Amino acid sequence: MSALVFAALYMIGDPVLMLASPEAGDAERELIRQSFGLDLPLWRQYLIFLNKVFVHLDFGKSFLTGEPAIGLILDRMPATLELATAAMLFAVLIGVPLGIYAGLKPESFGARSVMTGSVLGFSLPNFWVGLMLIMVFAVFLHWMPAGGRGPVQAFGPIQLSIFSWAGWRSLILPVATIAVAKCALIVRVTRAATRECLPQDYIKFARARGLSEARVLGVHLLKNILIPIVTVAGLEYGQVFAFAVVTESVFSWPGMGKLLIDSIITLDRPVVVAYLILTVVFLSLLNLVVDVIYTILDPRVQSKARA
Amino acid sequence: MKSIRKSILMSALAVSLLSAAGMAHARDLTIALATEPSSMDPQFHSLTPNIQISETIFDPLVRTDAVAKPIPSLAESWTVNGNVWLFKLRPNVKFSDGSPFTAEDVVFTYARVPKVPNSPSSFNLYLKSIEKVEAVDPLTLRITTDGPSPVLLANLSVVPIMSKKAVSGPAPEGKTTVELNRGDGLIGTGPYKFVSWKRGAEIVLERNLHYWGGRPAWDKVIYRPITKPAARVAALLAGDVDMIENPPTDDLARLEKDTKLHIQKTPSVRVIYIALNQGKDVPAGVSGTDGKNPMTDKRVREALSLAIDRNAIVARIMDGVALPAANLLPYPAFGTSKKYATAPAADLAKARELLAAAGYPKGFTLSLGSPNGRYINDQRIAQSVAAMWANIGVKTNVETMAPPVFFKKRNTYAFSTYLAGWAAATGEMSHPLTSLVLSHDPALGIGTTNWFHYSNTGLDRLVQDASKTQDDGKRSEMLQRAGEMAMSDYAILPLQFELSVWAMKQDVRYGGRSDQLTLAQDITLAK
Amino acid sequence: MTAAENILESGGQPAMRESMLRLFAEQFLASKLAVLGMILLALCLCLAIFAPWIAPQNPFDIGTLNIMDSKLPPGSVSGDGAMMHWLGTDGQARDVFSAILYGLRISLIVGLVSVSAAFAIGATAGLISAYFGGRTEALLMRIVDIQLSFPAILVALVLLSVLGKGVDKVIYALVAVQWAYFARAARGAAIVERNKEYVQAARCMSLSWQRILWRHIFPNCIPPLMVIATIDLAHAIALEATLSFLGVGVPVTEPSLGMLISNGFEYMMSGTYWIAFFPGIALALVVVAINLVGDHLRDILNPRNEI
Repeated sequence: MSALVFAALYMIGDPVLMLASPEAGDAERELIRQSFGLDLPLWRQYLIFLNKVFVHLDFGKSFLTGEPAIGLILDRMPATLELATAAMLFAVLIGVPLGIYAGLKPESFGARSVMTGSVLGFSLPNFWVGLMLIMVFAVFLHWMPAGGRGPVQAFGPIQLSIFSWAGWRSLILPVATIAVAKCALIVRVTRAATRECLPQDYIKFARARGLSEARVLGVHLLKNILIPIVTVAGLEYGQVFAFAVVTESVFSWPGMGKLLIDSIITLDRPVVVAYLILTVVFLSLLNLVVDVIYTILDPRVQSKARA
Repeated sequence: MKSIRKSILMSALAVSLLSAAGMAHARDLTIALATEPSSMDPQFHSLTPNIQISETIFDPLVRTDAVAKPIPSLAESWTVNGNVWLFKLRPNVKFSDGSPFTAEDVVFTYARVPKVPNSPSSFNLYLKSIEKVEAVDPLTLRITTDGPSPVLLANLSVVPIMSKKAVSGPAPEGKTTVELNRGDGLIGTGPYKFVSWKRGAEIVLERNLHYWGGRPAWDKVIYRPITKPAARVAALLAGDVDMIENPPTDDLARLEKDTKLHIQKTPSVRVIYIALNQGKDVPAGVSGTDGKNPMTDKRVREALSLAIDRNAIVARIMDGVALPAANLLPYPAFGTSKKYATAPAADLAKARELLAAAGYPKGFTLSLGSPNGRYINDQRIAQSVAAMWANIGVKTNVETMAPPVFFKKRNTYAFSTYLAGWAAATGEMSHPLTSLVLSHDPALGIGTTNWFHYSNTGLDRLVQDASKTQDDGKRSEMLQRAGEMAMSDYAILPLQFELSVWAMKQDVRYGGRSDQLTLAQDITLAK
Repeated sequence: MTAAENILESGGQPAMRESMLRLFAEQFLASKLAVLGMILLALCLCLAIFAPWIAPQNPFDIGTLNIMDSKLPPGSVSGDGAMMHWLGTDGQARDVFSAILYGLRISLIVGLVSVSAAFAIGATAGLISAYFGGRTEALLMRIVDIQLSFPAILVALVLLSVLGKGVDKVIYALVAVQWAYFARAARGAAIVERNKEYVQAARCMSLSWQRILWRHIFPNCIPPLMVIATIDLAHAIALEATLSFLGVGVPVTEPSLGMLISNGFEYMMSGTYWIAFFPGIALALVVVAINLVGDHLRDILNPRNEI
């Protein structure tokens, strides 16, 4: 994959032509090329790159800024994490109750509306939802800003914008954009899981014991439907992370995705390659985390593991 | 007990009143930038967003005024004798750390330029005519050039002077770019000094108390990069920022009506042009011409020019934020001819006649390349030009792409025609003529951006002679003639000059600059 | 063809198959939403096919555009009084209504072609790996896994930044990101079928593997694949729109719905809403209509899989 990206970005354009001022002569361009090692044959560039990555954990420096690519990406990561986490939280907090409701009374009008709504939610393209939100809330109503990130405050080593009202005002539209689609998915998963759990003996037994409906649903049902929800939410979290490319472009959110698009446009190869490698690492870690949570939640998996 | 509480309350009130009064005096300036600088190192990347910040922290030897004329800065005066320039430096100038400025700092600065590694666009370009830089005494500097160099001053105005003491370091270039990005060694003589830079969020400068000129107007200057035009407008309307760069042309009418805002439009030195491939072979994208390149025929080039309704493009695509162009620089810039002061009107009937006379009564097909997002509304302009050419029977395939891809394709002659822009940094005609229309000869440093095979030896000689002529009157006259030659030959089709636009709160004023820089030191409170 | 084979291939008695079809039709018609989706979809298809006859203007014939008619609001008459712009005009004086019809055409073509190709490639790969198992299966499924572990949008983005713009290139990129879904589903379905008696019987009759695969197993895998194809059609159209919106899709002179929205986005911020809004509505209608159909198809054809 890294080789593919490497070769690909090499072929489409010459970063030097973008970077050098148009007044620069051929001699200057040649100098720039040499200083970046762009004058070497492609395979040597690639070998040098591999050596740096695996031996020195060095992903190279951004052509545009001269800063290490990995640092640029990590700088932008909190913004994307903030967006993805807030969106996923909203999706789960809204999606699970709606899903349980739709699972409990599948034939009711409300449940049908929820399910139809969920079809809308996951079929509408992400950028479309963002666009419409901007149009309504930013252009016509002037309630929220059309894009950008609010003021940030340091929270430990990272900068977050969730500590001020201005920060939330900027955050709410992009979060809603992502949450709509993910919420739709969570609703469907929850509904399916609920319908599968309801006829089970332990629910019937709990009801027979005369436990309140709230307790039956809140404890017995929720405990059992949590597994598929956590699995899907975890995996979707990774997708949100990747799909933030779109949302971040629509809202000019200064996260990793926006950086990726900008870097593709300016042919800033080290940044693109580093981004893809980081994403893969992140997704693998996420899978691992989901697996671990899975074991904690499901006693059967645990006992199997022990045995 | 009660009285104690009362007195505490009173003093608290007094304190808060005092601080409120203090606030009213001290005002900060917040500017929304269209593009964030790529670095704080003033010698890393020769790019407008970088230059405008470094020109506020640092001073060059000479500066250019709002119409690109050299004026004294760190050099008070200068004399030139053949290839030797003698600069008298301004006495009692201090860097923001309090250390004195001397000729040694200039020598150090110019020596550092070629040593900055990985520079995507080196400042070396501006110093290449220099052979030797010597400090005669602490306040006298001697520069020797490799030949007559009338544009030396304009070139030096882009290279800010750094502090030898602050920037010295173990690396060959002294303090590295990464160190300077953190503010380490970022010491200048300019009106504001560096405080902090949070990438993607803000750059903070504050008043330099050691500044040699008048007291700078603002306590603090804060730059916020907001790349999306609409978001910049929103930030201005919400009062979050005092001034924004390049409001979108679509919004301008609305902003101009707003009594709380002031709009500044200033003609720039950037021309948007269309280049026509005039090579011997049939250019890529041309068809229906029986194996000929129609654009070698002057009548065809004239027809293509006449088909373009420049006024309509300015009115409808640019919403008035441009001037229709007839030359490579707006009249009366240095070396522009009065004959080409106003843009020609479109004349479709004549254009069709010319095409027919040239042997293409049914027209032909060509391609028009354009970058997407490099110049204001570039992609939209290209589409309009294509529609206008289609009107006289020239079927035009528009190919728009991201700027780096566009430039690579352009440089490999992948288009029959292309749209691009050229900013004449020195503000006079020899700059665009030399780069755009002289025969392509990189070894001589001429025609470096002439990617369409135009070659006219008479023109070449005239412009090269002019660039060695020190007498301004003579030089201007020669350049005027050269410009007329290129334009009457339809060597290149100028479309329009971009207007640079700034929108600001009603109580803030900025005069604007033809080089499109936003300089905080020139921004003032409205009286 | 022997009599035994005949029976095998017909999948039971003809009468039975007919009644299954009728049952399917009845089930499908039972959902009003799905029928609504079907009608909408049919309408969109008709509009797209007959666009040249319905549209008042050919938006691709740029010679007919008069720039002085640009940015007219909905319901304006063109400068020469010849045409009524019901949905206004865009920045290049294209009639928005005509542009939507032509854009719909491009979006649907891209969707249908890419899904068909992905279906063909994916189903072949899936069936082959299920039938042969062993190393072939391991290799093919490994590729599928790697492919699916990358978010589709990232793969498509990187591919298109290499290939450049163009309708054909978008199709390649979409096929590249979609075939794996078909491959996985086809393999899943085929493994179930592989162990059924009729396949065993066919093997005993020593029919060629191509014949068993295509005439016996494949027809029985069609229902789940059809569900995926429908949903993927919507997905492909949405993804194409997203890519075009991000500026790496179709060229600006041949706008698909996504490109139209992208063009209008810049204008939308300053209150010229119609350039992006109406194409946006059209895109949403198409995608939702297909998803409504697909959603219901899934309920009917594989009731177990509800997510």
